[in-house]
Amino acid sequence: MVSFKINGQAVQAEPGWTVLETARHHGIHIPTLCYHEAVEASGACRLCVVEVKQGDWSKIVISCMYPVAEGIEILTESERVKNVRRWILEMLLAECPGSKDIRELAAQYGVNSTRFTPHHPDEQCILCGLCVRVCKEVVGVNAISTVGRGVHKKIGSPYMEPSEACVACGSCVTVCPTGAMRARIDAVRGEPKVQLAPQAK
Amino acid sequence: MSKAKAEAKAQDARLASAADLEALRQRLIQDQDPDRPEIIVCHGTGCLANGSPEVAEALKKAIKASGLDAKVVPGIKATGCHGFCSRGPLVVVRPQGLFYQRVQASDVDEIVQTTLVEGQAVERLLYKDPVSKEAITLEQDIPFYKHQKRVVLRNIGKVDPTDINDTIARGGYLALAKALFAMTPEQVVAEVEKSGLRGRGGAGFPTGRKWKSALAAIKKKGRPVYVVVNGDEGDPGAFMDRTIMEGDPHAVLEGLILGAYALGAHQGFLYVRAEYPVAIKHLTIAMEQARALGLLGENILGSGFSFDVQVNRGAGAFVCGESTALFTSIEGRAGEPKPKYVRSVEEGLWGRPTVLNNVETWANVPQIIENGSEWFAGLGAPNSTGTKVFSLVGKVNNVGLVEVPMGIPLKEIVETLGGGVPGGEPFKAVQTGGPSGGCLPYSLKDTPVDFDSLTKAGSMMGSGGMIVMDRRDCVVDIARYFLRFLEEESCGKCIPCRLGIQRMREMCDGFSRGEGSEADIAELKSLARAIQDGSLCALGGSSPNPVLTTLQYFEDEYLAHIRDHKCPAGVCKALITYSIDRDKCTGCMACARACPQKCISGQKKKPHAIDAARCIRCGICMESCKFQAVQVQ
Repeated sequence: MVSFKINGQAVQAEPGWTVLETARHHGIHIPTLCYHEAVEASGACRLCVVEVKQGDWSKIVISCMYPVAEGIEILTESERVKNVRRWILEMLLAECPGSKDIRELAAQYGVNSTRFTPHHPDEQCILCGLCVRVCKEVVGVNAISTVGRGVHKKIGSPYMEPSEACVACGSCVTVCPTGAMRARIDAVRGEPKVQLAPQAK
Repeated sequence: MSKAKAEAKAQDARLASAADLEALRQRLIQDQDPDRPEIIVCHGTGCLANGSPEVAEALKKAIKASGLDAKVVPGIKATGCHGFCSRGPLVVVRPQGLFYQRVQASDVDEIVQTTLVEGQAVERLLYKDPVSKEAITLEQDIPFYKHQKRVVLRNIGKVDPTDINDTIARGGYLALAKALFAMTPEQVVAEVEKSGLRGRGGAGFPTGRKWKSALAAIKKKGRPVYVVVNGDEGDPGAFMDRTIMEGDPHAVLEGLILGAYALGAHQGFLYVRAEYPVAIKHLTIAMEQARALGLLGENILGSGFSFDVQVNRGAGAFVCGESTALFTSIEGRAGEPKPKYVRSVEEGLWGRPTVLNNVETWANVPQIIENGSEWFAGLGAPNSTGTKVFSLVGKVNNVGLVEVPMGIPLKEIVETLGGGVPGGEPFKAVQTGGPSGGCLPYSLKDTPVDFDSLTKAGSMMGSGGMIVMDRRDCVVDIARYFLRFLEEESCGKCIPCRLGIQRMREMCDGFSRGEGSEADIAELKSLARAIQDGSLCALGGSSPNPVLTTLQYFEDEYLAHIRDHKCPAGVCKALITYSIDRDKCTGCMACARACPQKCISGQKKKPHAIDAARCIRCGICMESCKFQAVQVQ
């Protein structure tokens, strides 16, 4: 077992666990968006940042991928951590104003408004890539991927046309943390053969 | 030796031992006539663009037509970049070392007649010292070259990069022969470690330590292990690696083979951006010629060690210069970085131990092996040994490429080698380290240019780009320029980089229009820290550096935009007005003719005036005025 501290609390982890796994195991909450147990972590949303201290040095890492080590000290609510989190949430409020889930999550951390002008008022997608990973790793069909680069990046099927590869399983909709995929799946699978259950408001 | 055996040997040009290599070298040296003139025509990118191929062609014709004695007919050699790009096309006549600048095809008849026939220098083509106004005849006496220490660039401008024999005659592959037959792989690693060589690509990680940890990883995980050259140079205004790959491809190859021998790698990769077609061509030719001589491939120099290498072209994403993104790109996937909690020496290409070094780093290795670590450690500064190649661009007289010992003061590079700012005033700032680096003000002119001092000043060494700015450069505009570049180049995987750079740029856009408050500057700093802390890779993590360093050293200039709605440098269009000084204006009409808006009125020989309402603030009038009558406020 590996012993270390989270927010001063002594915790133990199996070798090979990440900080996030350990925290969840011990009931310590760390917010996440792009993390899901079913797929490999990718480190895209950066919401799960924590500060790791070892001796007199410290750095910010993502808990979903940072491997546990003997004697480290993890802070989940330090000033540096809170600063990263508040800016991510404030930027997401402007990036996907259409997502109720993001608004609720931001409010939980005291971010209720954004100074930034939204570029797309209905956007819900935060480009966390969970849909792409589940389609690849769990379903195994690779019907969707990220397209383009940087601020032009999007999620979609090849050439943004309905994909023959899509089996309309809905896994992408299930893992999507913001509800964006629900609006997008018909563009990927083509003519809907099955209607999705109405979304809870 | 039987006849059949002799024939087989003649067909096989491969060198079977270190003695074979030495014999070839001696033969090549003997074949050279030291008194025979040789005309070198720079074929670096700047000179190529300015017509050096035409100069070389004209020289060939003129020499043929001159009827010179066959014994003194000079060889004409196309070489890589000489570095003094602002003076190109460059022609050097050896053995004397006569240096001719800005040579055009129309000048060659005079060169042939005056220099080759009469043995005199062509005065009007010589470089003139801008201070003393005296003509300088020889290449080595020109201040731009005199103060350099050319280690990595030692062959560039001297060898024909498409002819391996030229490199071998100058000692190419001697270090490889030494390592293969007189050193164990561990000794090679130890030698590199003792030299103190640090990575030339940006972060300055000690190369020997990297190789050592790769050896430890190999012990744990076994082989294969890969060695990779990072030739994805992408900083705006940087062309160090390009010049090395184009001008001395064998130095890179030899360094890589040495690394492969040290680590027991049998496969290497040269990752070069597709925008460098000449580099790719010269590396490919170098690989073919090295293979033909048995310096690459199976059983190198008969040592039993085998290693081969392939070129991978990068499709032009800046982020692919980042190690993990470079690996995913070579693996055939979208070039996106991965978190590096396991180092690439343990888990790199295809999850295997991998050593990735920058072009200049690899090119240093042969000389460390050949001359010994002590020699190398004696160059430069204690914690930053050796030399560094810098590309000097922006508001500087001698735009070009220089190599200097590490630790020399910033002002020596800009003023002594670079010849200072055109017009003679002191520089305002120097951006080092590209878009991820920082902006150092004139007050830090004595900063030693080494890894640690630059980092301490808030900037970084980076790969060696140096952009010189004068008082007509606005720091808010500079910050916006780099942010726009990084915004375009962000891969978009992680949120702080994808959204954060865009939002920082938008905030700076606001400042450039005079919008915002002092509180916004504080918030910009806070956002910058969040991006530094939160980003996945170094592209995002270092993206706030230009903003933070300009704020650190030039906060007043930001405040002038916000508080006084003025751009002191006269750059930010929303805050400036052009006007004409009636006392200085001679009424020559030059500005009125040049103005694209036709908004300058006035009669000949009478002061002109600009209609501010129609002016688009392009500044063309200012550039066209010979009397400094156009002002900007």
